[in-house]
Formats: sequence, structure tokens, C-alpha cells
Amino acid sequence: MSQRKNIIEVTNLVKKFGSFTANDKLNFTVPEGEIFGFLGANGAGKTTAIKILSGLSKPTSGKVIVAGYDVSKYPNKVKRNIGYMSQQFSLYNDLTVRENFRFYGGIYGLSNKAIKDKTNYYLNKLEMQEYGNKLLRSIPLGWKQKLAFSVANMHEPAVVFLDEPTGGVDPITRRQFWELIYESADLGTTVFVTTHYMDEAEYCERVSIMSEGKIVAIDSPAELKSKYGVDTMDDVFVSIAR
Amino acid sequence: MRTIIFIIRKEFTQIFRDKLMVRIIFLIPIFQLLILAYAVTFEIKNVRFVTVDHDRSTLSGKLINKFNGSAFFQYYGNAENYEEAVQLLTRNKADQILMIEPDFGKKMNTEKRGKVQVVTNAINGNAASLMSAYATSIINDFNREIIVEQNPTGFSGFPIDIKPRFWYNPEMDYITFMVPGILVLLVTIIGMFLGGMNLVKEKEIGTIEQINVTPIKKFQFIAGKLIPFWIIANIDFAIGLVVAKFVFNIPIVGSLPLLFFVVSVYLVVILSFGLFISTVTNTIQQMMFITWFFVMVFILMSGLFTPIESMPQWAQIIDYFNPVAYFVKINRMIMLKGSGFFDIQKEFWILTAYGVVMLIFSTQRYRKTA
Repeated sequence: MSQRKNIIEVTNLVKKFGSFTANDKLNFTVPEGEIFGFLGANGAGKTTAIKILSGLSKPTSGKVIVAGYDVSKYPNKVKRNIGYMSQQFSLYNDLTVRENFRFYGGIYGLSNKAIKDKTNYYLNKLEMQEYGNKLLRSIPLGWKQKLAFSVANMHEPAVVFLDEPTGGVDPITRRQFWELIYESADLGTTVFVTTHYMDEAEYCERVSIMSEGKIVAIDSPAELKSKYGVDTMDDVFVSIAR
Repeated sequence: MRTIIFIIRKEFTQIFRDKLMVRIIFLIPIFQLLILAYAVTFEIKNVRFVTVDHDRSTLSGKLINKFNGSAFFQYYGNAENYEEAVQLLTRNKADQILMIEPDFGKKMNTEKRGKVQVVTNAINGNAASLMSAYATSIINDFNREIIVEQNPTGFSGFPIDIKPRFWYNPEMDYITFMVPGILVLLVTIIGMFLGGMNLVKEKEIGTIEQINVTPIKKFQFIAGKLIPFWIIANIDFAIGLVVAKFVFNIPIVGSLPLLFFVVSVYLVVILSFGLFISTVTNTIQQMMFITWFFVMVFILMSGLFTPIESMPQWAQIIDYFNPVAYFVKINRMIMLKGSGFFDIQKEFWILTAYGVVMLIFSTQRYRKTA
């Protein structure tokens, strides 16, 4: 564990909206290839932080290094090395599955051949070959989320940020989704994921829990459970995050 | 460059998948041209005139017949007195009153002069001055005929005979005048709305966030949004020209390549204007409302309906910033006068500068971070 190098380094990150402090001096690191769970109640400041880490928003102060680059200074270098999947669905409903792959692959500068190969690879893996030319709007939500995850991974990023990727998804599809996460972590991708499902928190190597803009706990699920003397992550969450 | 092509391809796929959008883009302009060209005219026809003939002589009858024989006038009838005629004007049964004094015919014979009075409903000032001019010209004509009749040898006509010639549009045909302007209106609406709507729609449905986490560059994104609609608006303009030529027989005197060259530059101005608005707004509603405001002001002040020269000074100054005004002028010059680049270069360079500025504005205002 300790010899893995850090792919995310956050030092004293502060984000203010007027007088409201959404992120209050966050400090944490995430090593390469880890599945890192970023937990917290609604409004705790998770989405704000994830937007800063992925270059969508600028920090008020503090230093954020992702994939070796300072996010404030080299946002485009960071963006080249990350994948992102937001809680609101972000593929195009009026394009087919293949057209979505082609568009995002093209924007990330993949060659035509790479786009084609990757598309076929993911469609095979998700067993969705016959859906390639279907409009995305005709596909069920859970499947769309798996597609969105694949699109976010298409350019082989060092880190993928997943902001509540499994919201509204049925338990079976959620499990399949986590299998995808494990697979990509095995291939060396760091997965930075926010979720409200505590069973999913158990799947993470380490989790942090945010409350009112601050990180109040950060450790592996097992350590956290023994530290708070409870049996489930649910109880950990309730005792910390209120 | 390759990135831009991927965006353009995506935009075209989305546009052509939406059947309603395709219809809006290609059919509405044609209908607009067909309807507006016939409807938007300042010509006055069927002016309803009422007479108050206190004379009732052969001569007054002749004058009334003269009016009646003109294509512009439609005889409503004779009123007993002035009050009754005014009533008809008030109740909007008539547009104009022709009053003939008692003994008009007798006076014309003995004193060689008679009096008539023309009263015109001037609620619409433009129409009133036209009606008044028509009436005056008919009375003048009548006058001349009588002089010739009574003095067949001695009269050699008025010392100065003014024969107006109307250049570039010899028939004074309003359709010829309006169609080039309506073509401008058409590409302006397409250009201002479509590109901007498309961008702000991505904001509304949230896909822009996914674009913003990619390493795409600002100018690539704006170019990718501008070029598809630039192509579409150019095609619309071409369709419009075909309709103008073959349906309305508008002579296209000037050079077509020059026309398309100017349209291309103009469209960059208009599209970046729309895109700029969409970068500062967050919803389609906001974007539509603001764009509509600018489109209205630009078009009403463009000289399309009323000449810029007769606007007040301050309005003419505002028009320096009105791209539509420049293009209406250029388009009429090229299409009707056959002006070459030399004649339109001032307006052309202003449009070019405008385009560059708006393009920079919209690119700079598009924020990839919040």
C-alpha cells in the first residue's frame, strides 16, 4: 500500500460561495489504483469537491494535484487524464449508443480504429451488442449508467470520478456496476466514487466521510467500524454524519 | 481540427434525427418568404372615397368619374353634407372625402377656377400621404384635361413637365424592394436562434458538464456549434434566392459569389451573437427572450420597413451597431443595383470587424469552469 504513489493530493482545499463555505480545508490523498469512497450527507460538499478535482470548478484556495498536475494551473492536462460521470445523466439521448462512443472518443482524440475497437469491446463486455445502433433514450437507466461508465473509461484515464453513479439503479444492476468498477481498478485505474448506499461503501478500499464541508473520518471500512464499535457502515455513517 | 469535425458530425446527426427541426429549418423560411413578400407592402389599393357633391353638374360628375376610374379608388357614394361624410370617416366606412363646392361647374366656366376639398383619414400617416398624393395627382390630371378642352390651341402644357424615373426598380414594385430584405430576415432568425438554442440546450440537459470535463478547447467547442448552423443558414439563403428568382422574378443583378461571400461573413456575426447570448444565459427561456429582444430591435431598425435616413439622429447612431442594417443595405445593393465589392466595402469591413469581435466575445464568455 505505502509504496503506491498518490494520484490525488488535496492540501487545504477551500471553496466558498459568498459567505458559505462548501469545502473547509480538505486534506487527503488517494493512491494509484485505489477505490476511494467519498461519502457524506446531502449538502455536505461532496459534489463541490468532485467538481474541483475534475477541473469543472476553481478552488477558492488550497492545492489540488490530480494525475501529477495542479488542477488550477493545468486544467486541460488534468482533464486529459481523468474520466467523469456525473449524477445527472450525461450521454446524448438522441444519439445511438455507438454515436455516443464515437463522439466522446473523438473528443478525447482517439483514432477511428481505437474508437471502433473500444466500442465493440465495451458492447461485448456489457452484452449489449444488439443495442449499438439503438437510440440511447430507448435504453433502461441502469444500462445507460453502465454505458456512461464505459464512455468515461474509454480513453483509459488514470482516475475516474463517479458522482453517485448508481442513483436510482436496481440492486442487480448496481452489483454489475461495481463489478465494472473492480475490473477497471484491477487495470490500474483509480476510482473516486460518491454514493449514498452504504453497502457500496463496504466495497471501497478506503472511505472518507464529509460533514458540513469538512472531512470528519477517513480510513478503510473495517477500521472505521471497529473504531466506532459498530457492525455496519450504515451505523458508522449515522454516528458521524448525523 | 479533428475534434471540431467530431462535434459537427454529432450536431448534424442530432439535427437530422429531429424531423420537426428539419422542417423548421427548411420549410419555414420558404413559407415566410412566400407570405411576407406578398403581405408586407405599402401600396394602397381600394381607397374608399365618399363625395359631398354640392354642385351636381356635368363637370363635378366628370371629376367623380375620374376618381372612380382609377384603380386606387373605390366609390362609396355621395353624402348629403359634410357632417354625414365625416361620420362615415369616423365609422371607418370611408378613407377619404372629396368635397365639391356649390357652383363648381359654373365657376370653372366663368371664373376659370373652382374649389374642391380633400379630407383624408390620417391615422396611418404613411397611408394618408399616399392617398393624398393619389388624389392630388388625379385632380391635377383632371385640371389639365379641362384646360386642353377649353383652349385646345393655346395650351402647350405646364412649363416644366416632371417625369420621374425610378432606377433599379423601375416599376416601383414593393415585392422587388422587400424580397431581398426578407431574405436577410430569414437568415438572421435562423442564425440568431439555432446556434444559441443548441448550446443552451446542452446546458439545460446537463451534457455540457460532460463536455467540460474533456480536454476540448473553447474555440473548438464554439466552432463546432457555429459551423453546422452556418452551413444550414447558407443553404437556406440559397433556397431563398431560388424562390426570389423563380417565384417573384426578382432580378439578381449583382454577382452571386459576392453575395454568398457577404452572407458567409454576416452569418458569423449573427451566429456568434446568438452563441454569445447563450453563454451568458442558463435556460432556453432566458436565451430566447434576450435573443428575441435583439432580433426585434435589429430588424425594426434595419431599414427593412422604414428608411434609416428618416429615423432620428440617436436611432441612426444606434444603427451603427446593428448588423442587420448593414446587411439589408448590402443585400439590396448587390441584388437590385448590381453593386460590386468596391461599392459595399465600407459596410463589408464593418461586418467583418463585428464578426471578429463577437466571435472573440462568445469564445471568451464560454466558461469551462464555474
